[in-house]
Amino acid sequence: MTVRVGDSEHALSFQKAALPLLEDAQLRKNVRHATDVIQHKRGIVVSETPDWQELRTSASAIKAHTLLYLDHYLLQFEKACTAAGGQVHWASDADEANRIIVGLVKQYGGDEVIKIKTMTSEEIGLNEALEREGIGAHETDLAEVIVQLGGDKSSHIVAPAVHKNRSQVRQIFRERMNLPELSDDPEALTAAARHYLREKFLRVKVGVCGANFLIAENGSVCIVESEGNGRMCLTLPQVLISIAGIEKLIPRFQDLEVFLQVLPRSATGERMNPYNSVWTGVHGPSAGGEAGDRSNSGGDGPQHFHVVLLDNGRTNVLADAEARQTLQCIRCGACLNTCPVYRQTGGHAYGSSYSGPIGAIVTPQLLQMRHGQSLPFASTLCGACYEVCPVKINIPEVLIHLRGRVVREQKSALDPEALAMKTAAMIFTSRTRFEAAQRLGRIAQWPLVSHGWMRNLPGMLGNWTRVRDLRALPQQTFREWWKARDKVARKTGHV
Amino acid sequence: MRVSLFITCYNDTLFPATGQAVVRLLERLGHRVEFPLEQTCCGQMHYNTGYQQEAMPLMRRFVEIFRDAEAVCIPSSSCVAMIRDHYPKMAEEQGDPGLMRAVEELLPRVYELTELLVHRFGMEDVGAYFPHRVTYHASCHSQRSLHLGNLPLRLLRKVRGIDLVDLPNIERCCGFGGTFSIKMGDISAAMLADKMKDVENTGAEVVTAVDTSCLMHIFGGLHRQRAGVRMAHIAEILAPTENDPAEGEWA
Repeated sequence: MTVRVGDSEHALSFQKAALPLLEDAQLRKNVRHATDVIQHKRGIVVSETPDWQELRTSASAIKAHTLLYLDHYLLQFEKACTAAGGQVHWASDADEANRIIVGLVKQYGGDEVIKIKTMTSEEIGLNEALEREGIGAHETDLAEVIVQLGGDKSSHIVAPAVHKNRSQVRQIFRERMNLPELSDDPEALTAAARHYLREKFLRVKVGVCGANFLIAENGSVCIVESEGNGRMCLTLPQVLISIAGIEKLIPRFQDLEVFLQVLPRSATGERMNPYNSVWTGVHGPSAGGEAGDRSNSGGDGPQHFHVVLLDNGRTNVLADAEARQTLQCIRCGACLNTCPVYRQTGGHAYGSSYSGPIGAIVTPQLLQMRHGQSLPFASTLCGACYEVCPVKINIPEVLIHLRGRVVREQKSALDPEALAMKTAAMIFTSRTRFEAAQRLGRIAQWPLVSHGWMRNLPGMLGNWTRVRDLRALPQQTFREWWKARDKVARKTGHV
Repeated sequence: MRVSLFITCYNDTLFPATGQAVVRLLERLGHRVEFPLEQTCCGQMHYNTGYQQEAMPLMRRFVEIFRDAEAVCIPSSSCVAMIRDHYPKMAEEQGDPGLMRAVEELLPRVYELTELLVHRFGMEDVGAYFPHRVTYHASCHSQRSLHLGNLPLRLLRKVRGIDLVDLPNIERCCGFGGTFSIKMGDISAAMLADKMKDVENTGAEVVTAVDTSCLMHIFGGLHRQRAGVRMAHIAEILAPTENDPAEGEWA
């Protein structure tokens, strides 16, 4: 099995990737503005929901339960979906998933597909795999159209083009849609996209989608969306292929009651997504007909429906009891919007299809800590993500756990940081050594101190003094003051 | 009451004034302060940076040193969070039932300073006098681990002479994050810039918090800029009175 998560294997470390992004004032303004807006909207719809905390607890419990019995629910889903006329495929990794999907498209004689945004397809690099086989993949979510036409990459799992503003979008549309007179008015931009997309919806025979939820008990797929392109892709094509991670399962239709309340509020600050679609298998006479043969269809919607269940490292995450809560994620993006680190850099710094706090824990885990090792450290552990997560993933706890894995599995004992930490631990385990280190520090600092402050520390500590001063170690530590006071008290009888 | 002070490794070494203020305050309120000299560090830096094995002996030492304390006072919400959030699990991982029991029995006696004042002593007015314009930064551990809420603000509002100004984006992380400030220095600097802007926009002379760690970072930046804003741990604001005003920088 070769797990792939977008381009993560070739990504720069977070620190390196962040540098040019921190320079990009336009990007930082876009990200600040977009995340502020969604956070504000989320705040309103959450505060008006009296049982919000109970909903979070339920959502978390349903997902945790499902993960513990995932084998059962996966088989239940396959059985129900197949009985309803769908076909279920099992892909152990990205390459296998791509092979299956390419094979299906060719089987139905298609040379292009229309797509609803699915981060899972970005994870496996589906568009690139299709292109290599001469199959065009047309994104239909407005943000993904922007990203695709701009030759760019997603930077947010819910709002992939959050790093672009209106005038940048106009520029892309002007060039790629050949509309030199296009204004940056949002309605004009939307109309241009609509026109561009409508032609594709009506022509292309094969659709590819993801899944927000896979419902085990009846083999249904649920997708929620805001723009209506989903509806088009789910109903117009002859063939529909859904690629979904195995963690997308929920046990029962009834469980949507919880998730359809927490997802839209967390993701876009809406009480409900404008379009909520749940479908099961194939409607009416199924199979038999060719993709282009409408006369034989008989039923509504795609007459050929395939679900590709994707592992790509998920069962490894499942095996780690401390970190498996990572798989509870329903891809709402609330953690991205609230993260003070994401706010500064945007999503590209994470070098993965999954960015922000969830990206920092899921990317390295899928890759079994062989890549993305800087990501668990791209956090101050402030906990804002955990506070907003609708399925209560304790992201700070998982980050600490993954940091431990990086140190134990990846770091050499001679690593300067490891040596410094071991030395510090030795100092802290003994009062004598601690007090000696304090005295030594006070002496050793003198060449670096000017008027009671240090402005230029050597080595790793230089990262501190590049932007901050550090007060010199005072001439008397607290314990020295205490001991002296104690002595005086005993001498004078004031105890 | 007999209060055992856990000063924290960085306060002991870099900010003894924080500890001195805590002692002054607690003694003025009529309590007896003890300082077990064996104490060093709670292990947070190691634990959070991925060196969990190295943190284990530090946890054991803390539990042993404070085993018989009536109440442990810690002027640092991040250290209290370390103890509360992680010590039980660490003890469990060691598979040591005696240690697990000791942790369980100790935890209810561990207090962050403002928790001790408001929850244990039932006080909001500690008789403080601090005639300066002050803004309060709500550190992440105090809000999201300890759920202190507005405890520190309730204490600050009762300080005589104080001009308390609300800090915009009060709950947004300052960007310190322990070793994050070194390992991810550029992002830390960007987050610091935003926090400093918010502090400076209040016009405050003093920025305070329940954690000197955040303040070391925020004030380190303000000092580099010669911004004319000082830092004070909340204890340094609650300790002075009209009869016994703050010494040193404030006098």
